[in-house]
Amino acid sequence: MAQTTSQKGGQRRLPVPSWLRKTLTTFATVAITLLGLLFVTFMIGRVMPIDPVLAVIGERATQAQYDEAYLALGLDKPLLVQFGIYVTDVLHGDFGTSIRTGKQVSEDIARVFPATLELATLGTLIGVVLGVPLGVLAAVYRGSWIDQISRFVGLIGYSMPIFWLGMMGLLIFYGILGWVAGPGRLGVFYQGLVPDRTGLLLLDAMIAGDWTVFKDALSHIILPACLLGYYSLAYISRMTRSFMLEQLNAEYVTTARVKGLSEWDVVWKHAFRNISIQLITVIALAYANLLEGSVLTEIIFAWPGIGSYITTSLLSNDMNSVLGGTVVIGTVFVALNIFSDLLYRFFDPRAK
Amino acid sequence: MTQPTAKPQETLGWRAWLTADVPASRAQARAAAWFNGWLRFRSNTLAMVGLIILLFIILCAVFAPLLATHDPFVQNLGNRLQPPGADGHIFGTDSLGRDIYSRLLFGARISIYIVLLVALVAPLLGLIVGTIAGYAGGWVDVTLMRFTDIFLAFPRLILALAFVAALGAGIENAVLAISLTAWPPYARIARAETLTIRNSDFIHAVRLQGAGPVRIITRHIWPLCISSLVIRVTLDMAGIILTAAGLGFLGLGAQPPSPEWGAMIAEGRKYILDYWWVATIPGLAIFSISLAFNLLGDGLRDVLDPKEAGR
Repeated sequence: MAQTTSQKGGQRRLPVPSWLRKTLTTFATVAITLLGLLFVTFMIGRVMPIDPVLAVIGERATQAQYDEAYLALGLDKPLLVQFGIYVTDVLHGDFGTSIRTGKQVSEDIARVFPATLELATLGTLIGVVLGVPLGVLAAVYRGSWIDQISRFVGLIGYSMPIFWLGMMGLLIFYGILGWVAGPGRLGVFYQGLVPDRTGLLLLDAMIAGDWTVFKDALSHIILPACLLGYYSLAYISRMTRSFMLEQLNAEYVTTARVKGLSEWDVVWKHAFRNISIQLITVIALAYANLLEGSVLTEIIFAWPGIGSYITTSLLSNDMNSVLGGTVVIGTVFVALNIFSDLLYRFFDPRAK
Repeated sequence: MTQPTAKPQETLGWRAWLTADVPASRAQARAAAWFNGWLRFRSNTLAMVGLIILLFIILCAVFAPLLATHDPFVQNLGNRLQPPGADGHIFGTDSLGRDIYSRLLFGARISIYIVLLVALVAPLLGLIVGTIAGYAGGWVDVTLMRFTDIFLAFPRLILALAFVAALGAGIENAVLAISLTAWPPYARIARAETLTIRNSDFIHAVRLQGAGPVRIITRHIWPLCISSLVIRVTLDMAGIILTAAGLGFLGLGAQPPSPEWGAMIAEGRKYILDYWWVATIPGLAIFSISLAFNLLGDGLRDVLDPKEAGR
């Protein structure tokens, strides 16, 4: 690869420490990836059948107003210059104005993002707490009933349409059993009772010490979070099982057993420790997937997060919001990917 | 499959010919390999269940006009939201009085159509990009893989949403959007395979015989990438079905009155608490087809890639 050869060339010329070179390469990679991401959203915005000028000034504007807006938006400039302006704007946190809400897109996103974050975090937590032990047990007792259960859980998780499962959950646990609250983030009576500090309702309620609000928020979030948690559980347990099998078949595990260590020590102190870095990268990926997977879930549960924001904007042709939301989710996605990659490279000596 | 000249068929039958220890011809060796694969596949009960479900759905789609009890598009408002079993409607009727069972049958055609198209377009795109990157190496590799990473970095459903928004809603655009988001993993697999093959002796031999890069890639590298791609595609088919259904659910895939399963769920959403069957039954259909693909994919992986078996 050109990258490695140029690195070797650099090594000969000046002695850059390897960690610095790695960090620089990573930064360059991130920068290029993000630039590419912006380019794709920029192009999507340009090939849209919607006239961006009309979207801003409305259809009744005069030709003079149209021309003025046309120039103000910089649409007369070459495409590359327009892209440069777009990138500069985005770097300053300016995604333009939302046609639907009339506010800055960045303001809107800052408002809706915590809701998604709260949902995805709780979902990942559920997935990790249940998925990792399930995967480990499935690997240790390979072929037993617990392995079959983990396989079955995974299969169902990979095969169910998430929006449909959400509706079934609402039908059963809200409609028939009445165990949880319905769609939305908080009941009508509880809205605005706790001051908005973090945007995460559960945390806000805890800080304020208002446990009735906490209970209501929990009752609203638990069903969608379990749903998302189930999907990440399917993924995490499968990966954990596969990683563990690899370790359990290694010779050092046999040695540990021959030495007379207890099965608990062999599994958790030897094998599991060796998969922990791999596992963290998988969890980071699962988390990124949930941020995205929450789009359909948010719609089913009327959850006011970034997924609902993007889709409602999409249906009302509000492209600034759609692209802004896409860039934000894409950036978080890239960040989590890079994070897991770095973790792997720096902490796992086998990756070198 | 061409038959060899010396046919041991009269004495031993096909089975013996297929399981012969020493194949007499290339055709026999190839047939035997396929047969062994099939035997291994057949012994995998779950994979066979998947295959049977899938065949059943395909038959339903093919013979939809014969099996349907009603016209899937004819509305009858006097007969709306009938429960399953009422009045000759096996699965009941929807909010416009259309027969859900008949709509399901015709909807199977749409799902299979979408899956087949995506399963053709996306791997081919990935195969081309990945093998070129892997074989060429150097800056071509870096550029192409950086490009692939950019697409991988995008959340798939959201990218598909943005594409459909730009292209306009509809089945073909949904297919295009899903393909554009689905190809990067195939490119990565194809590149990885190419890198392991690139420096092997047989490639050197072919190159010394004067084969050009195009011939080496298409005739010698592609065939070796196919099996891992096929496994990946079969495993991905369930995901394709689910993404397509998700787009349909959001109103961005097949347009009404088309009986697309995701769109049918979206329609039933309003009535979920009172008339559960309108949304539940199309959901079960989506579930069974993606379950079938998942089972089949697992089974195929065990057959084609024994080292990954049981993982």
